[in-house]
Amino acid sequence: MSSSKKIRVVIAKPGLDGHDRGAKVVARALRDAGMEVIYTGLRQTPEMIVETAIQEGAHVIGLSILSGAHNVLFPRVMELLREEGADDILVIGGGIIPEDDIPALKECGIAEIFGPGTPLSEIVEFIRENVKL
Amino acid sequence: MTDREELRRALSEWEEGPVAKTVARFPEREEQFETPSGIPVKRLYTPLDTWDLDYDRQLGFPGQYPFTRGVQPTMYRGRFFTMRQYSGFGTAVETNRRFRFLLEQGQTGLSVAFDLPTQIGYDSDHPMARGEVGKVGVAIDSLADMEVLFEGIPLDRVSTSMTINAPAAVLLAMYIAVAEKQGVPMAKLRGTVQNDILKEYVARGTYIFPPGPSMRLVTDIFEFCAENLPLWNTISISGYHIREAGSTAVQEVAFTLADGVAYVQAAVNAGLDVDRFASRLSFFFGSHSNFFEEIAKFRAARRLWARIMRERFGAKDDRSCRMRFHTQTAGCTLTAQQPDNNVVRVTLQALQAVLGGTQSLHTNSKDEALSLPTVTSVQVALRTQQIIAYETGVGDTVDPLAGSYFVETLTDEIERRAMEYIEKIDAMGGAVRAIENGFVQREIHESAYEHQRLVDEGRRVIVGVNRFVVEEEPTYDYLRIDTEVEAEQIRRLQRVREERDARAVDERLEELRQAALGSDNLVPFILDAVRAYATLGEICGVLREVFGEYRAPDFM
Repeated sequence: MSSSKKIRVVIAKPGLDGHDRGAKVVARALRDAGMEVIYTGLRQTPEMIVETAIQEGAHVIGLSILSGAHNVLFPRVMELLREEGADDILVIGGGIIPEDDIPALKECGIAEIFGPGTPLSEIVEFIRENVKL
Repeated sequence: MTDREELRRALSEWEEGPVAKTVARFPEREEQFETPSGIPVKRLYTPLDTWDLDYDRQLGFPGQYPFTRGVQPTMYRGRFFTMRQYSGFGTAVETNRRFRFLLEQGQTGLSVAFDLPTQIGYDSDHPMARGEVGKVGVAIDSLADMEVLFEGIPLDRVSTSMTINAPAAVLLAMYIAVAEKQGVPMAKLRGTVQNDILKEYVARGTYIFPPGPSMRLVTDIFEFCAENLPLWNTISISGYHIREAGSTAVQEVAFTLADGVAYVQAAVNAGLDVDRFASRLSFFFGSHSNFFEEIAKFRAARRLWARIMRERFGAKDDRSCRMRFHTQTAGCTLTAQQPDNNVVRVTLQALQAVLGGTQSLHTNSKDEALSLPTVTSVQVALRTQQIIAYETGVGDTVDPLAGSYFVETLTDEIERRAMEYIEKIDAMGGAVRAIENGFVQREIHESAYEHQRLVDEGRRVIVGVNRFVVEEEPTYDYLRIDTEVEAEQIRRLQRVREERDARAVDERLEELRQAALGSDNLVPFILDAVRAYATLGEICGVLREVFGEYRAPDFM
């Protein structure tokens, strides 16, 4: 990966969930790690998120849900990315997500799920190792 | 040894002698000890620290101004705190079943969790509701759902707290309408609507309308209840979510009370007499990890609010100065790792709340870092409260930690630091301005980031997360919300729409629209619309058209 190219990340809150402490802390950590970060704010539909990611030329999308709607909204984001031919974007997720939901989410293309207690450095490292620039 | 100078001398002799010797051989764990709010913690507190404490002015007696020692004269010697578990999921049928279970288990009050579409004023069939119906709480679309929710629960014999903010007036109206059907007049209803919109903008996210009309809805509820529901708590001014979003204890007190000031000011500006509504204001705090800082926080908050009400708003009635509050143990301190440890965390946090004089308490369940709680884990959480109440004896005397050199010093320090923040917010033009310009959001975010940094660096220990970690097998014992819930709820909603008198609904909604364009109190209009089975989404839809919607700026 060329060192001059900055990793661009969209951090998004799909659905109606208002808990954005985690999303904002992760956004800040990625910014501090030298990435360019766009935070969408609350109440984003999957359509809005995919549109933002494409417009911004994002390499990574980070989705955060704490409301339990992940099984519906995460796969929908992946579906739309495929429709737009943008499925080379690395998509990761976080929030309150039960362990037994994770295999199905990975199956639909989410690269990794970071649950409560994940050190920020682990997320930074994962992005650096897996992003396609 | 009552002479101040003599004691001071003895203390320095002790520090220079035995302490210095011990520290030279066994250094202390830290160079500097401090609370998570950054308040320095000394090695030892002595009478010197509380020498100037003015008992009458700063502490007083329980049930008397400034209420530092508690809001009732006898506190838990008379009646324990209300045990009130926040609960709700799926459809009204399932939640009604959980409510009855909790009441059978000895719970003494209800606390309703609504799903996100309900909290944001969307019906279950709205496109934005997809995937969210029944997830974080119960789905309520119309009076028909509310009737099912409280079936078999006599509303004159239970107090009910509803976590509802932007559409608080709609859910309150539905509650009144259910009571009417049970033959219970609204004057007898006891309970709370959260109705605290300001913290939604900074920490919780379920706002709908811009601040101006939102504040009008808040004061409309104050006024309506002052006339019609004298036992109802018209607001629960909430620090809990501010704290969960990452603030410190000092910021929690400061931002919550600054919001409180804004509500009281708005009501006074609307022409209400302060002593007519202030006694029905209530508060809500979190109980976090640092034992003494949390206890001191509750005491400091009570005193500071009493002073604000008397000195700033000129409240004459003591009851207007009395801060009654609910406490929930801190959700964000629960760990997904080694979840059994959460039972211990919750126990300590609940004990803090009781030592701090809470009026009601929710104890979290151990599995809530990963999902809604199962019946078994909710039962353990409720039993935790019952063990504290019935087995430990901590409620047998009022405010048992008063007079502790350390606790009184911390109480003073938290009050002082919170007041500094409030003065800063006043200088900006008040809480609404400080939220609009992003000050409060940025302060909370800074603290949240700092906390995460300390945890990542191992300087703030979380047992099982960054110390004492073990390899674990994931457990699969979660409460699952059936994916059928959404479809079922939508069918229920369609049935209501078909069976009601459509013309009456249209008329009531039009009357509401006209009222919203003017300046009448909106609660009676909302109540009439609810009685006609207008849905939550229709009522909020009318208000959305008149008031517009709030779009949160990004204060990252």
